Amino acid sequence: MTKQKKSAHEQDIDARLKQARRTAEKSGANSGPKGSRRSGLALAMRLGVEIVSALVIGVGIGLLLDYWLGTKPWFMLLFFVLGAAAGLMNVYRVATGVGQGVGYKREDGSDNSDGPAK
Amino acid sequence: MAAEGHGPLAQFEIKTLIPLKLGEIDVSFTNSALFMSLTLVLVTLFLVLGMRKRALVPGRWQSMAEMSYEFVANLLRDTVGSEGRKYFPLVFTLFMFILFGNMLGMIPYSFTFTSHVIVTFAMALAVFIGVTVLGFVKHGFHFFSFFVPPGVSVVLWPLMIPIEIISYLSRPISLSVRLFANLTAGHTMLKVFAGFIISLGVVGGVLPFAFVVALTGLELLIAFLQAYVFTILTCFYINDALHLH
Repeated sequence: MTKQKKSAHEQDIDARLKQARRTAEKSGANSGPKGSRRSGLALAMRLGVEIVSALVIGVGIGLLLDYWLGTKPWFMLLFFVLGAAAGLMNVYRVATGVGQGVGYKREDGSDNSDGPAK
Repeated sequence: MAAEGHGPLAQFEIKTLIPLKLGEIDVSFTNSALFMSLTLVLVTLFLVLGMRKRALVPGRWQSMAEMSYEFVANLLRDTVGSEGRKYFPLVFTLFMFILFGNMLGMIPYSFTFTSHVIVTFAMALAVFIGVTVLGFVKHGFHFFSFFVPPGVSVVLWPLMIPIEIISYLSRPISLSVRLFANLTAGHTMLKVFAGFIISLGVVGGVLPFAFVVALTGLELLIAFLQAYVFTILTCFYINDALHLH
C-alpha cells in the first residue's frame, strides 16, 4: 500500500521534474550567451596575446600579397596598420565585454552591465 | 643536477624513444607522444574509475569527476546556451586533455607537451577549422556577414572588412600562443630559479628556494587557468559560429 502511494508520489515528482527541465531549457535557449562568468585573471591572460597575433597575421598577409604581386614593401606596410587596428579592436572588445570575437555584438545592450566590472 | 650542461631549456627537448619511419616521414614515438598517451590514459582512468561506483552520494573521487564534468557543462551552457550541448564532448575532451597535460608537466622530470607550439597550434587550428565549417554549415554564405560589423556605414566597409578578417584569422594564433607561451615561460623561470639555489649554496639559496616554492604554486594556478581560457574561448567561438550577429 505504501508502495502504491510512493509510486504516485514518484510520478508527481517525475512530472514536476519534466516541467522544470522544460522551462530551464527554454530559458537557457532564450537567454543565450552570457559569458559573464569569467575571472579577471583569465581575462588579463588573454589581452596581451591578442595584439601580437593580429599583428602577425596582418604582416603575414601583407608579405604574401607583396610576394605574389611584386609590390615589395607596400602591402606589408598597409596590412601592418590594419593588423594593429585589428589587434586593438580585439583588445577593446574583450576588455569592454561588447563581444568576444569578430563582428559579434549583442542585439540588446542590457547584458553589457557586467562587462566593465572586473 | 641543474648546473652542468642542463640549461633551463633542456626540459623542452624532444627525445626519440622508438624510432619509426613512415615512408619519408619521421613518425617516431617521442617523449612528447609518450606524455600525450599518458595524459589520455590518466584522464580515462580518472573518469572511468571515478564513476565506477555510480553512488548517489559521491565519494571524494567521484565528486572530483562530477565536478570537472559540471564545470565544463556550466561553462558551455553559460556561453553558448542549450544548443551548445552537442559540442560538449569536444569541449570537455579539450579541457581535460590540456588540464591533465599541464598538471602532468608540473611533476619533476616529466615533459610538458603543451609547452610546444606545434601541439597547441594543432589543437587551436582544429578548433578554428571546425568552428568555421560549423558556421558555414549552419548559415551557408550568410556566414560572410560575420565580417561586416553591425552599425557601420557602407563607406567604412573597405576598411572594416579587412580588419575583421585579420582579427578572425588571428584566433588560432592567439589561442595557441597563449597556452604555449605561458607554459614555456613558467617552466623556464622555475628552472632558472632552481639553478640559483645550487649556485648560491646553502645560506644564500634560501631566498631562491622560497621563490621556487611560490612559483610552483603560481604555475599550478596557470596550468589550470590556461586550460580554462582555452576552453572558454572555444566556447565563445562555437557561440559566434552558431549565432551570427
